[in-house]
Amino acid sequence: MKLEYDLVIIGGGPAGLAVALEAEKNGVENILLLERDKYLGGILPQCIHNGFGLQYFKEELTGPEYAERFIAKLNDNRIDVKTETMVIKITPNKRIIAINRNDGLLHIQAKTIVLAMGCRERTREAIAIPGNRPAGIFTAGTAQRYINIEGYIPGREVVVLGSGDIGMIMARRMTLEGAKVKAVLEIMPFSTGLIRNKVQCLDDFNIPLKFNHTITRIEGRKRVERVIVAQVDKNLQVIPGTEEEISCDTILLSVGLIPENELTGEMGIKLDPVTRGPIVNENRETEIEGIFACGNVLHVHDLADFVTEEGEIVGRAVGKFLKRNRKYRSQPIKIVPGDNIAYAVPQHIDFIVPERKKIKLFMRVKKPAERVRINLLDDKDRVLGSYKKRIVTPGEMVSLYLPEILLDDKLKNITISIKKG
Amino acid sequence: MKQNKIICVSCPKGCRITIQSKGEEIISITGNDCPKGIKYAEGEFINPLRILPTTVKVISGELPLVSVKTEKAIPKRLLLKAMVEIANIEVKAPVKIGQVIKDDLIGTGVSLVATRNVKRTDSKHKKF
Repeated sequence: MKLEYDLVIIGGGPAGLAVALEAEKNGVENILLLERDKYLGGILPQCIHNGFGLQYFKEELTGPEYAERFIAKLNDNRIDVKTETMVIKITPNKRIIAINRNDGLLHIQAKTIVLAMGCRERTREAIAIPGNRPAGIFTAGTAQRYINIEGYIPGREVVVLGSGDIGMIMARRMTLEGAKVKAVLEIMPFSTGLIRNKVQCLDDFNIPLKFNHTITRIEGRKRVERVIVAQVDKNLQVIPGTEEEISCDTILLSVGLIPENELTGEMGIKLDPVTRGPIVNENRETEIEGIFACGNVLHVHDLADFVTEEGEIVGRAVGKFLKRNRKYRSQPIKIVPGDNIAYAVPQHIDFIVPERKKIKLFMRVKKPAERVRINLLDDKDRVLGSYKKRIVTPGEMVSLYLPEILLDDKLKNITISIKKG
Repeated sequence: MKQNKIICVSCPKGCRITIQSKGEEIISITGNDCPKGIKYAEGEFINPLRILPTTVKVISGELPLVSVKTEKAIPKRLLLKAMVEIANIEVKAPVKIGQVIKDDLIGTGVSLVATRNVKRTDSKHKKF
């Protein structure tokens, strides 16, 4: 089956849904959305907890409700959707090969493509925990799907490794469903998730959060029987003699998310080694013109609201691209992560900024810090902009608007750096 | 005088708020960046409330469960008690988002509502 579309979006989660609706609003016709699951919404339907939408809708919603706001709108629009459809290849000249049960093999030619495939969880193998290989070891998101969608409880006595948001949310969820969560272990000296989740998921239920701790060994014949945990030093090395045993039948892993970029890499698009997503300009356009990326496939977000915002940036950019309505700068500006900045997105700015349109930068810090200034510096270390923040932590993405000084065509680099004060 | 430390969760900023109190009387609230912080800290000090999100069993639905939440926040101390009552609830498909699954949950006066749609097993779905 051969098809032609102006815009093909790969992934029907919050990013893909936002792109579809915003692109249509910006005059893009002939849109196809491809989703590998049976339903739209991506990971949102299994995130049954509240806390979504506070930024975007200014009200508090659960994950399924947040997803439904967009899905309902999509139903009203003339956007083609194919679910249970797996994309197996994308070529740089924007041909997509996909498969599903009804159509068989699909060959799709697109004028623009948006990568919105999201991310996946790191596993035990990714962090190489020694020991036996019994049943009872799950990523937190898998356990979340079992409990919230399929109706199975994965275990009764639980140890959670990693204080990422999903780990903390699952610690509460399992407690509410009658399991005993014995501890949440965090190898770093700080929580990597949102403060709200630490308070409402762990503190509320007196679940101990042990910083500077990790699992050194998993034991059990058929099923997990116990874990050996130990304290780590500043260099994350186990301190001998601090080992203790915790009996449990289940281990949940919340040890990080990796953008799902196999398709991106195969078509030769360069990935950022820190974000593990493609390198993009302010339109979230990759180094191949007309191929964009947004949401967790670009960099891992902590709020779905930010994903929606990023999807809308791309929706508008696709509209401009198809209308050929954009002007390149004589040279791009590179955004360079400086002191205590892990990464910033976009990585470069390619276009002349239209008046009164501001560019938003998203970034993550390496270490928590209080009462700081985020400074934007030019090539000669002159301060282009300075932003006060009371507190920055790696668990919470920082966003700020670039000042209009960017219209200066000589600017080559902007370095972001965090200073006390 | 007693000091309580509360982390505000009104927004992702997470202000560290200090409440000074004498008995049940609040003397001062400091550390909040916006007025929401005062309201939050007072609430946490007097009667902490939480929205309870969970799931309810669905009969003849295309999914075995429907996600639900308390329409308003309920007292934190009642969360586990509410879970016991919710465990015994079953609902027949189709379920519509926003549908009241149980009113006056454990005498709180707060309703339990569905947070997603679940169709019947035999219903043909449209586009998706």
